[in-house]
Amino acid sequence: MVGESGCGKSATALSLMRLIPDPPGQIAGGSVEFGGRDLLKLSAREMRSIRGGELSMVFQDPMTSLNPMLRIRRQMTEAVQLHLGLSKSAALEHSINMLRLVGIPAAERRIHDYPHQLSGGMRQRVVIAIALSCHPKLVLADEPTTALDVTIQAQILELMRTTMREQNTAVLLITHDLGVVAGMCDRIIVMYAGTIVEEASRRDIFYNPRHPYTIGLLRSVPRLDRVRSNRLPQIEGLPPDLARLPKGCPFQARCPYVTEICRVDRPTLRSVGDRHAIACHNNVTREDAA
Amino acid sequence: MTSAPEALLSVRDLRTYFPTSRKGLFGPRGSVKAVDGLTFDVYRGETLGLVGESGCGKSTTGRAVIRLVRPTGGEVIYNGRDLTQLSDGEMRRLRQKLQIIFQDAYASLSSRMRVGAIIGDALAIHNLASGRARAARVGELLHIVGLDPSFASRYPHEFSGGQRQRIGIARALAVNPDFIVCDEPISALDVSIRAQIINLLEDLQRELKLTYLFIAHDLAVVRHICDRVAVMYLGKFMELSANQALYAEPLHPYTQSLISAVPVPDPDLEDSRQRIILSGDVPSPVNPPSGCVFHTRCPIARDQCKQEIPAWREVKPGHWVACHFAGESIARA
Ligand SMILES: Nc1ncnc2c1ncn2[C@@H]1O[C@H](COP(=O)(O)OP(=O)(O)OP(=O)(O)O)[C@@H](O)[C@H]1O
Ligand code: SF4
Ligand code: SF4
Ligand SMILES: [Mg+2]
Repeated sequence: MVGESGCGKSATALSLMRLIPDPPGQIAGGSVEFGGRDLLKLSAREMRSIRGGELSMVFQDPMTSLNPMLRIRRQMTEAVQLHLGLSKSAALEHSINMLRLVGIPAAERRIHDYPHQLSGGMRQRVVIAIALSCHPKLVLADEPTTALDVTIQAQILELMRTTMREQNTAVLLITHDLGVVAGMCDRIIVMYAGTIVEEASRRDIFYNPRHPYTIGLLRSVPRLDRVRSNRLPQIEGLPPDLARLPKGCPFQARCPYVTEICRVDRPTLRSVGDRHAIACHNNVTREDAA
Repeated sequence: MTSAPEALLSVRDLRTYFPTSRKGLFGPRGSVKAVDGLTFDVYRGETLGLVGESGCGKSTTGRAVIRLVRPTGGEVIYNGRDLTQLSDGEMRRLRQKLQIIFQDAYASLSSRMRVGAIIGDALAIHNLASGRARAARVGELLHIVGLDPSFASRYPHEFSGGQRQRIGIARALAVNPDFIVCDEPISALDVSIRAQIINLLEDLQRELKLTYLFIAHDLAVVRHICDRVAVMYLGKFMELSANQALYAEPLHPYTQSLISAVPVPDPDLEDSRQRIILSGDVPSPVNPPSGCVFHTRCPIARDQCKQEIPAWREVKPGHWVACHFAGESIARA
């Protein structure tokens, strides 16, 4: 899931986890079907047993998930005992194995450390180990590598690629980095101003984008793999204030293809190809922008 | 860049150390060698990129060059004078020519001042304009950075991140600088706003003949905007060369691994490229490794690297590297 800050990526993930602070927030409607149940209808207690078990989360800042006062051991084994019903010693062994899996050297020793004794990259590895330790069906990863340096990001992405594949875990990866999704994802959702504007396979998003926002975004990023051409084609203007969205399409003020209907009717998702949908009234392609 | 480039700034063996707190009650007082012996020129009219991972000393370098922090040692020659030797008063007068814009535009703008006063103050400090002329100049500066001149009467919190960055740029431009340190000016901005600010900085450079030191951790942005690029690791330069040569043929193992680590927004390329993943973490600058500071993570490190500090040498015209085995590829299958 890609999109700019404030477009609703994290709010989506928190809503799925039912972690939206209420008040002031409120899940106003809809449903979240997961394993045949609607998560929005579960009791708080049922939800707690799903969180950290079948459904787990990795945040941008590892300290969101870690308690600075407790040793890693305690933070890992408690969840494992609870969700997998393991004995204390089995839980410890399982936790150490998870730390090994995510590449923590001398895991049997490091598990007794406090979070502050680890580097930022190591802490994020621990969070990933915790997230995977109860064999989740789905991991929500919200900007898991944004705070890390690129060489450490490369380590963590590689780790996610291999472990999640090995464990057959689905991932909802939230990021603003188009490079990261290009290398990591099977399908991509592009969000803008609180809604999905395009949804397609990874190749379609990058090679056949159909929403003007996606098209503009891809054209505006400088590329590491290309010799500098000219001025970057920029998207004009600013994202709208979510509290004062215009009537019609939320992208209208910045869209080069805006027509009459865009100002009155809000476009909803419609299919434009095999598992490819856009929320746009018009039919624009990358060639139109070039 | 045509003809022989003229150095606007010549930096020689620049060092900036910060004292660390004592280890234990009687332990020795150590120091962080945030910048440790940099030698390079900044050519007039160019954009010199400075890349490296968090904490490697990029910001300290930028600040030390324009003496926002006092260097521990070395020289910074600007117009025939060594900035490190100037008195504070002399430096204040020169400050006009040497400006900086920050990543966090909001923190760098006083929240209780109106935008007009923030920009006007810079003019007042250097006696550049007063009264009606000052107001007119503020309006003109806002216009130059793509903002409505009426914004002068508003406060910073009324603006978005990209707009605040424009205000920070207007303030830096107010005093007609020669040289601007751009310290991660777009890192905090949204993807769709970044291109706007990059284009603005490029337009301004052309029109106002500015020279930039452009600090970033995003190698793709640096490739786009810079003429030459320096790669920094643990307070030292690893490599410095013309943009094209650095990306096409990086000679330093660290540069090679950095370039290979950056994800590219192209699925086919991502699937096919060979990734070199460095193991381990960046060591602490308080206690940097012996010899070559990169040896603990370098895939081709040898015994010599642990003992001898590699010299900063020009291995090809204009291409500087600090590595005993410069040019050797780390991409061993
Ligand atoms: N005022 C200071 N006092 C003590 N240490 C400092 C100070 N400023 C910087 N340092 C240290 O110097 C080193 C270099 O810091 P610097 O901010 O220059 O890095 P940077 O490359 O700009 O990092 P980033 O990418 O995170 O901005 C770091 O170890 C930092 O903790
Ligand atoms: S609906 Fe109209 S304004 Fe919105 S993206 Fe499509 S063309 Fe542009
Ligand atoms: S000097 Fe040795 S350790 Fe340092 S970069 Fe070169 S090969 Fe690697
Ligand atoms: Mg910095």
